[in-house]
Amino acid sequence: MIKSLNHLPHPHENAQVLASHFTDLAPPLNARQAVLESSRCLYCYDAPCVNACPSEIDIPSFIRNIQQENVQGAAHTILSANILGGSCARVCPTEVLCQQACVRNNSQECAPVLIGLLQRYAVDHAQFSEHPFTRAAPTGKRIAVVGAGPAGLACAHRLALHGHEVVIFEARAKSGGLNEYGIAKYKLVDDFAQREVDFVLEIGGIEVRHGQRLGDNLTLSELHQQFDSVFLGLGLAASRLLGLPHEDAPGLLAATDYIRELRQSDDLTQLPLAERCIVLGAGNTAIDMAVQMARLGAREVNLVYRRGLEDMGATGHEQDIAKANQVRLMTWAQPQELLLDEQGRVRGMRFARTRLEDGRLVSTGETFELAADAVFKAIGQTFDDAALGDPLAQKLKRVGDRIEVDEQLRTSVPGVYAGGDCTSLGQDLTVQAVQHGKLAAEAMHAQLMLDQEAA
Amino acid sequence: MADLSIVFAGIKAPNPFWLASAPPTDKAYNVVRAYEAGWGGVVWKTLGEDPAAVNVSSRYSAHFGPNREVMGINNIELITDRSLEINLREITQVKKDWPDRALIVSLMVPCEEESWKFILPLVEATGADGIELNFGCPHGMPERGMGAAVGQVPEYVEMVTRWCKTYCSLPVIVKLTPNITDVRLSARAAHRGGADAVSLINTINSITSVDLERMVALPMVGSQSTHGGYCGSAVKPIALNMVAEIARDPLTKGLPICGIGGIGSWRDAAEFIALGCGAVQVCTAAMLHGFRIVDEMKDGLSRWMDSQGYTSLDDFSGRAVGNTTDWKYLDINYQVIAKIDQDACIGCGRCHIACEDTSHQAISSLKQADGTHRYEVIEDECVGCNLCQITCPVEACIEMVPHNNGLPFLDWNHDPRNPYCVAS
Repeated sequence: MIKSLNHLPHPHENAQVLASHFTDLAPPLNARQAVLESSRCLYCYDAPCVNACPSEIDIPSFIRNIQQENVQGAAHTILSANILGGSCARVCPTEVLCQQACVRNNSQECAPVLIGLLQRYAVDHAQFSEHPFTRAAPTGKRIAVVGAGPAGLACAHRLALHGHEVVIFEARAKSGGLNEYGIAKYKLVDDFAQREVDFVLEIGGIEVRHGQRLGDNLTLSELHQQFDSVFLGLGLAASRLLGLPHEDAPGLLAATDYIRELRQSDDLTQLPLAERCIVLGAGNTAIDMAVQMARLGAREVNLVYRRGLEDMGATGHEQDIAKANQVRLMTWAQPQELLLDEQGRVRGMRFARTRLEDGRLVSTGETFELAADAVFKAIGQTFDDAALGDPLAQKLKRVGDRIEVDEQLRTSVPGVYAGGDCTSLGQDLTVQAVQHGKLAAEAMHAQLMLDQEAA
Repeated sequence: MADLSIVFAGIKAPNPFWLASAPPTDKAYNVVRAYEAGWGGVVWKTLGEDPAAVNVSSRYSAHFGPNREVMGINNIELITDRSLEINLREITQVKKDWPDRALIVSLMVPCEEESWKFILPLVEATGADGIELNFGCPHGMPERGMGAAVGQVPEYVEMVTRWCKTYCSLPVIVKLTPNITDVRLSARAAHRGGADAVSLINTINSITSVDLERMVALPMVGSQSTHGGYCGSAVKPIALNMVAEIARDPLTKGLPICGIGGIGSWRDAAEFIALGCGAVQVCTAAMLHGFRIVDEMKDGLSRWMDSQGYTSLDDFSGRAVGNTTDWKYLDINYQVIAKIDQDACIGCGRCHIACEDTSHQAISSLKQADGTHRYEVIEDECVGCNLCQITCPVEACIEMVPHNNGLPFLDWNHDPRNPYCVAS
């Protein structure tokens, strides 16, 4: 259990009630709803939804397949572009991607086609007698993939498809990355993340080695020597610091640590409950944290952000989820001081009110205090520098702390590719990570085959 | 409100909405409910000789649209499966109780004079307002030499019609089958036989679908199927054309027409009336929604007539007939060009791909800086086919605008490009 929150009580509700607070936020469509919804699709040409999908799924085609009762065909279309189409259907912010672009989202139409739910319907209901993709003849090439998150899994699957042998090195005990450890429980319920991993690995030719952490018991130099090519899908393992005194005080925790604990918990009644809590941040992780604490039974959840609602990373849809769960969104306030009780535990936080002055965020001089049993940081993730400590890894060009890649996901070190959150592309969605993995695999494959021809 | 009452082939009715001879008019219970709901008339489900017909189970199947809306129904039900005596008794009572409503009796007996001579006085004695000759039933009965088997032979149509006019004083409506090549021949035959009116269309031979698991067409009777008769909104275009063909045929000029085929709304009815009908019959829409639909049909038709300044059906009945002509009389110089309302366009690209792949490459797709597309008509390439307008999901987004090319009216008969051109 989370040590820094050991002093907190547990949720008051029983296990059954708590479990009911963490079922699907957006319930799946049944067969009738899926057919009804699919009939709303206009089967656009050069469809705006496809252009808006980072993984370039042929959305009109898969929806037409659903309409024609060809669920397997629909799922195949989705998975051939995005092997993690099942989790993306659940976690994608469709309101700013495909569904925002949907022509039925036009002001003169009623509402966008529910593309995300239709995608989920197709992937959930497809029944393949065997893995739907067949591997090409063995190439004899071996490729190392670091990180079994969405980017690494997508990369490994595509490489295996092309006939390469892949070894995935994963630091944690389970594969799946943020799908397993980092997404709000009500968005990705039960063991879906693991079932999806099993499905991806079904293709064959992929070995996953757990407990392998770059910079700990693994170095890029070794991988570079032992494998024909390397893909880095490291994610961003470290949470940003507030830069305030007492950052290690009991009661202060990274939201990602708590969410990981919650997702892995078999018994929600044993989780620490912060009756009054503060969540710092403005992204989807902040919302996920705040809403989940509210659903565990917290009486008072304040989400505090130093700028305005329109600047928040969380979409309007996410903000609505927070409001619907009685989370108070407080803007224009930044942490000034962590307030501790006699035992040195968090008892609240003092904030400075902020405003914009000539485009710069400044303090107004006014402050206020909020009482809290716990404060959760969701102010962003950062690179775990230990991961890239060896001499070869240090040669990787960086942009800020991220690894620089080009449009083919190549790093500055030949043969080393990278994708997902750890790269300089500034994209942080699961679906973008999947696309990076896929594109990197294609680039690696093309390069390896070119090298082979030349040899 | 406009007056919806009619006198059709001598039969009075408070409105032109009649229920067609079919399961909804099988017995007194249904017919009384229909009258209570406000239907202007009913054609009682076809009577035949005793012993009564026997029906199978199941009987209907449907052609569905993508949202399970019923486009058409196929049925294999035969004529009444109740005795002649029961039907005649009920008809007598119902007519007595509902004197202001039209009650027509549909008939089908073997193509023998004696059979008709026997049944006609019995029907007349009920007090019914008229008879309708079922020469159209396309399933089951033709195998026994009745229904469409009669309707498909103009000589039989004429002969039986004449028998009916001889042995019965009631108005005779001849119901025509669409399962022929030229419906005018059947209508002319009925006219020659002395028919007071024709009604059309009866159902169209059909198989709606096939169960691919069991490899049996629908509807299924055990492990078998048979073709049935197709009706519902999907047949409306076919019915409208056949009505128009008869309405503009000089040889049947003035013959009253009762329109049947996919009528489910006041607008459908108004279209049939505009093409020459004096009354309409409805079946499938009532079978799908119940008798209550007549409320909206009556209300909608009256209000539309008011808006047009029509005080009775006669004011617009047949108004569209004169504008329906042969292809060779169309103005070959007339030209329309598609115009896309960019403010209404939702950017689906359907007009572009339809034109690009299957028509005249007259709509360009222009990629915009923000990744969306703008669709523009290339006027010089547009032939005015209407396909883009049809494929556009937004009503009135694409308009077909008449283009003034300065050319005079010219039909094919007078077009110099026609090798058989009539010198003008």
